Amino acid sequence: MSHDTMDLTLHVWRQKSSKDSGGFVTYVEEARGISEHMSFLEMLDVVNEKLIEKNEDPIAFDHDCREGICGMCGLMINGIAHGPDQTTTCQLHMRVFKEQGITDITIEPWRAKAFPVIKDLVVDRNAFEMIIQAGGYISVSTGSAPDANSLPIPKENADKAMDGASCIGCGACVAACPNASAMLFTSAKIGHLGLLPQGQVERDDRVLRMVNKMDEVGFGGCTNIGECSAVCPKEIGLEFIARMNRDLIRASLAKGDSKKP
Amino acid sequence: MAVETKDKVGVRRTTEYTAVTLESQVPAGPIEKRWDEHRFKMKLVNPANKRKYTVIVVGSGLAGGAAAATMGELGYNVKCFCYQDSPRRAHSIAAQGGINAAKNYRNDGDSIYRLFYDTVKGGDFRSRESNVYRLAQVSVDIIDQCVAQGVPFAREYGGLLDNRSFGGAQVSRTFYARGQTGQQLLLGAYQSLSRQIAAGKVEMHTRSEMIDLIVIDGQARGIVTRDMLTGKIESHLADAVVLGTGGYGNVFYLSTNAKGCNTTAIWRAHRRGAFFANPCFTQIHPTCIPAAGDYQSKLTLMSESLRNDGRIWVPRKQGDKRRASEIPEGERDYYLEERYPSFGNLVPRDVASRNAKYVCDEGRGVGDTGLGVYLDFADAIKRLGKQAIFERYGNLFDMYARITGEDPYEVPMRIYPAIHYTMGGLWVDYNLMSTIPGLFVIGEANFSDHGANRLGASALMQGLADGYFILPYTIGNYLAQAKLPKVSTDHPACREVEVEVETRMKRLLSINGKRSVDSFHRELGDIMWNNCGMSRNEAGLKQALKRIPEIRSEFWENVRVLGKNEELNQSLEKASRVADFMELAELLCLDALERRESCGGHFREESQIDGEAKRDDENFSYAAAWEYSGNVSRPNLHKEPLIFEYVIPSQRSYK
Repeated sequence: MSHDTMDLTLHVWRQKSSKDSGGFVTYVEEARGISEHMSFLEMLDVVNEKLIEKNEDPIAFDHDCREGICGMCGLMINGIAHGPDQTTTCQLHMRVFKEQGITDITIEPWRAKAFPVIKDLVVDRNAFEMIIQAGGYISVSTGSAPDANSLPIPKENADKAMDGASCIGCGACVAACPNASAMLFTSAKIGHLGLLPQGQVERDDRVLRMVNKMDEVGFGGCTNIGECSAVCPKEIGLEFIARMNRDLIRASLAKGDSKKP
Repeated sequence: MAVETKDKVGVRRTTEYTAVTLESQVPAGPIEKRWDEHRFKMKLVNPANKRKYTVIVVGSGLAGGAAAATMGELGYNVKCFCYQDSPRRAHSIAAQGGINAAKNYRNDGDSIYRLFYDTVKGGDFRSRESNVYRLAQVSVDIIDQCVAQGVPFAREYGGLLDNRSFGGAQVSRTFYARGQTGQQLLLGAYQSLSRQIAAGKVEMHTRSEMIDLIVIDGQARGIVTRDMLTGKIESHLADAVVLGTGGYGNVFYLSTNAKGCNTTAIWRAHRRGAFFANPCFTQIHPTCIPAAGDYQSKLTLMSESLRNDGRIWVPRKQGDKRRASEIPEGERDYYLEERYPSFGNLVPRDVASRNAKYVCDEGRGVGDTGLGVYLDFADAIKRLGKQAIFERYGNLFDMYARITGEDPYEVPMRIYPAIHYTMGGLWVDYNLMSTIPGLFVIGEANFSDHGANRLGASALMQGLADGYFILPYTIGNYLAQAKLPKVSTDHPACREVEVEVETRMKRLLSINGKRSVDSFHRELGDIMWNNCGMSRNEAGLKQALKRIPEIRSEFWENVRVLGKNEELNQSLEKASRVADFMELAELLCLDALERRESCGGHFREESQIDGEAKRDDENFSYAAAWEYSGNVSRPNLHKEPLIFEYVIPSQRSYK
């Protein structure tokens, strides 16, 4: 293990508040001597320490667990959601840039109508909450459950459900999509619950309510581009979108709803 | 009693609260019947009256999220607060391994009693038997509840739930969802919570941080929060307050906790009169990825299942800088296998951690920093083949390679212990109520069930037990009996606390010193890790107790927090949290100094036999509950004696 360092040029989106227009600021001096072993967020920590030293406002960005599971972090890095390694921003390490000979890095917040910028690189993802609140659950109150093993579930279905359930709600799929669509996010939850016997009772209602909410809060439609899945740190596949579309048609017919698939 | 304080670091405060004696409220009778009988005796709130009560829940992890959802279902009005942008991000999400439950689905001899026994013993006889028994009892309901919610636990080909043995348990009682059990359980609670939010029963406040507790006439009646987007400081009132705000591991700066995890909620409650129990019981996890440099912001844990196949070693020679592959077999020290022939690399977490520290202290650590030991899979790969190792640990190996840039199939992993969990927390009685009436504390934030050491896969169990199945009952018992006069936010107590919080924020912003918040936090962390980490002694603790107040004074004179309160200001958020860590750190060291025995995660060098921990039941079989005296450096110690009627204390041995 060596401590090879890199000198970077960062172009960072700075925006004082949701009401300001914002713009790129270039940092060179603050981004010198970056160790290749740093994570991307540690690199930003170092830049921020230098900014504070110079009495300048540090760059605001969301982050929490820094181990790739909480879904709080997320940046557009050189135009790619979470950067070039198909992982979360916190798990992206600077050696990836070193290996690819990249020293110029542009950092932006997620860009989507439904994710307004709050400050600098921080966005408001409350629209995701509203989609889950519209039906992303099984209506079972505490205490009313039967014995856990009273309901066998084929391993294949449980595993497939787990693939969808592994979504961390980071929003990279929306940020990567030219239509800012939330189809992958929404379908991952619908697929997770719809693949399990517990989720059948509310299956039709769920898909109608969640898809309606998704449209209502300002996400775009899906045009099968696949960027969402290509950047998804949990590698959730497009088949979840296909499955959701099938469920939507089924539910629309069953419920006589005029919702377009 | 009236307490007035004006210590150097905090804000001035005057609070009235009644003198408290520790009443554990543990029911009598046979242990198997205690919880049932207690439930029957508890007062109920009439279903039609539940909507007349408001409960505040701070924290939205397994404990807080489950409690908020369940109380919403019961009909209470709930206000839930979290500092993240969504309740789904609470740090429970990062738990990998699994959740224990005494289902005995394996038919391997497990039972509620055995889980109870293992947990009391694993906690090194520093927990309350009645609480632990109840935990084991409700563990079975948790699994049922989670499956009904759609938690995709691992299954066998027959469609039934799979189990594994975890953390050295002799039965397979751990339920899991790949390496993401915490995530799936949390999403289950989050989905139930979302349902209650949609139903209007829970009012969710995200990006909202509790900065202080409001106590009126001796009862916890609300909290003061700071809106992290606008800086608005606001009082929220209720009939009871529940803290599910997690542990305080970040007092060490580097830990496996999320960056935002902090002690502020429980520490401010402590300053308002809640006793803080056993703060020195902290757990260190042996298989974390070592820090790579000064910029390191957090440590990443890898499942300790790695020790099933990896062999731990360091060079025999001090300062041996050769690559691992260049060090011949005879010059390698497989120190755990040598010292503990019967358990070898599978000794418990604390033993493995301490021994790693010793060999590094001797100058035999590996990696650039010298703070690491090898975890070598070469023999396992030779014996089982690369494919078998990939199947067992593939995702962990990938994670390691991503973080370190090294391929663990080719070179040995480097590991080092890190702070991972805190067993200590606010003191609570059997009803999970603190010494402030109406203030309940659940999950990692309380001290109750793990004693001096927590067993693997038991944190998730406790969080959900408290949140789904215990608190919703016991809080009803309180509400049904408490006299709760109507209060509104124009009550002078609210304004008083709001002013204190505003003053604190203003003060942090006006110091305009030379050092960043992080630099102080790092310095505090270094002291804590070196003097109150894996092994502790009187001289080291006294040194820490001298240094901590010095750093704290420097912090309040020399910290630089830019910007203003009325905006998203991440430096200000951190500064406010670090200020509280600086106070908690002192209590943690005081508690460690006071406890002149080794037990569980607390190893006092003065108390050992043949290099192993020596517990002292005669003098220390108690929970240390610290009362804030008005002076951070001089808290009052209260002792809750621990009585063991079922599991007879014995000394651990792994040789």
